[in-house]
Amino acid sequence: MKTWPSIGRLRWGWFLTGAVTLLVLPVFTDTHTPTVLLIWALFALSLGLMWGYAGLLSFGHSAYFGLGAYTYAVAVINIGESTGPLLLAILIPAAVAAVIGAMMFYGRISDVYMGVITLVVTLILFKFMNATAGDQYAIGDARLGGFNGMPGFHVLNVPGLPEASLFGTPMYYVAAAVLLGCYLLSRWILARSFGRVLVGIRENEARCELLGYSVPAYKTAIFTISAAMAGLAGCLFANWAEIVTPGVFALKSAAEVIIWVIVGGLGTLIGPVLGAMALGMVKLLLGEQTVIDNSLILGAILVVVVLAIPRGVVPAVQGWWRGRARVRAQRKVHARPRRRLQSAQAERV
Amino acid sequence: MSEAVVETIELTKRFGGVTAVDRVNFALQERELRCLIGPNGAGKSTFFKCLTGQYRLDSGNGRVLIRGGDVIGLRPHEIVRMGVGIKTQVPSVMNGLTVMENLWLAARRAHGWTRSGAEVQRVIEEVGLGELARRTVGELAHGQRQMVEIGIVLAQEPWLVLLDEPAAGITGAEVERLVGLIRQINQNATVIVVDHDMEFVRMLGARITVFHQGAVLTEGPPEKVLSDARVREVYIGNRAR
Repeated sequence: MKTWPSIGRLRWGWFLTGAVTLLVLPVFTDTHTPTVLLIWALFALSLGLMWGYAGLLSFGHSAYFGLGAYTYAVAVINIGESTGPLLLAILIPAAVAAVIGAMMFYGRISDVYMGVITLVVTLILFKFMNATAGDQYAIGDARLGGFNGMPGFHVLNVPGLPEASLFGTPMYYVAAAVLLGCYLLSRWILARSFGRVLVGIRENEARCELLGYSVPAYKTAIFTISAAMAGLAGCLFANWAEIVTPGVFALKSAAEVIIWVIVGGLGTLIGPVLGAMALGMVKLLLGEQTVIDNSLILGAILVVVVLAIPRGVVPAVQGWWRGRARVRAQRKVHARPRRRLQSAQAERV
Repeated sequence: MSEAVVETIELTKRFGGVTAVDRVNFALQERELRCLIGPNGAGKSTFFKCLTGQYRLDSGNGRVLIRGGDVIGLRPHEIVRMGVGIKTQVPSVMNGLTVMENLWLAARRAHGWTRSGAEVQRVIEEVGLGELARRTVGELAHGQRQMVEIGIVLAQEPWLVLLDEPAAGITGAEVERLVGLIRQINQNATVIVVDHDMEFVRMLGARITVFHQGAVLTEGPPEKVLSDARVREVYIGNRAR
């Protein structure tokens, strides 16, 4: 008998369908918009993994997204070749998250207090980066640029070949491969005992402590992994936009990813991915008009979804699908004796 | 007499001006089954939480020794890793997970990935949770959740089992089954049971420690303790006569 049948299970059919769709998409459309949608999906996945499975809501996850973007920009200006900066864009947000996470979780800070701390971190970074306009704010050759941000840095290249830059369709494929890889990594994490303990912590932290698990260590670990993923998303975003501004740390950016995850569906991995893609698309379409502020529309969508389907779209669809399958199975069970009775009556006639 | 496996020396816990546990000296021998009783507010659950690390203590609170090692200042998970299984007063289970998943998390920590599946099966049979195995714990009745939590403790195969009010919300035949289960656990482990259900404590027939106003009032075999006039006065009252 399987002791843990559900969490971490990968439906390969759906996964391969998604992968093939991503593979052939450039044949039918321009890749500029799909690339940023994939990057936002990765950002949402990073929060969804931590929030949906470990129950840790970071109100300021954009801090790690922004750190990834800035780290890449600063490092690539100083180093030139993109492989090292890419790794740094993962490692620096992870290291910062490890320190902040350890301080919070070993200090027994959780729930709303964790939300406040994480939010304050991103707002401090936003304020600070806005105030770095002078020449004195430079790291090596990289000027931070204040509210104007950092434009004109070298984009990702094929590792070891600085001249072979990746933009356009190759950049799209990089983003797609990274998203699929991180999705598989998340599934793998959840299928391991580490992921199961995280789910246990989400359900009852005190009980997990009384089972002998070091809850602060587990929380710090998933916070770090999630920040690393967000940093990677930030790095890709910097490459897509070819500029990094303090806006990556803004409250709007922090709130958007929460909305994507809630609307897509907590407690699933595909929910945040689809939520980010769908709402990201809505945001881009709304950005082309000037009649109404697009934040208002996104806010309205959130209110409607929370009221109508509080668990989010994907869990609601999954629930409906399972319910239908259960009803069909019950009908089959009831239909068997009826059919037998009908055939017996027919034989008698 | 053999060396105590659990010992408290002058254990004290105060909440502001209230002394919930007052200089308690307590000792428990290997494979002993001990019941801690007392009226509401006697300090038995606070004492229990001091033993399990749920209340953070320091050297000013006295000493708690488990197998000779001072556990003052240790976190609950560190005490549990010494081989201690803990069932709390209010069932502390993972409501969103199935019975099997709850047991698996307990078994995984104690026995590792490869043995955990077999341990879950063993506990399911031992506690009689077969029919509930795939049910989500949040859907179960209070008494069933109590049994799940006892199963969680058993899955850890602890040498010291601390049960806080295991009979709460359990009635009739279930109590008899629980008594049998605790005796079975006691064959391989030292057990402390905190409860105020006198019938349940009588059924266990173990040595009793009576708490009153945060201190130990008396201690001894059930027949002696339950006939003690002071115990009747502070705890049992007229109902026992």
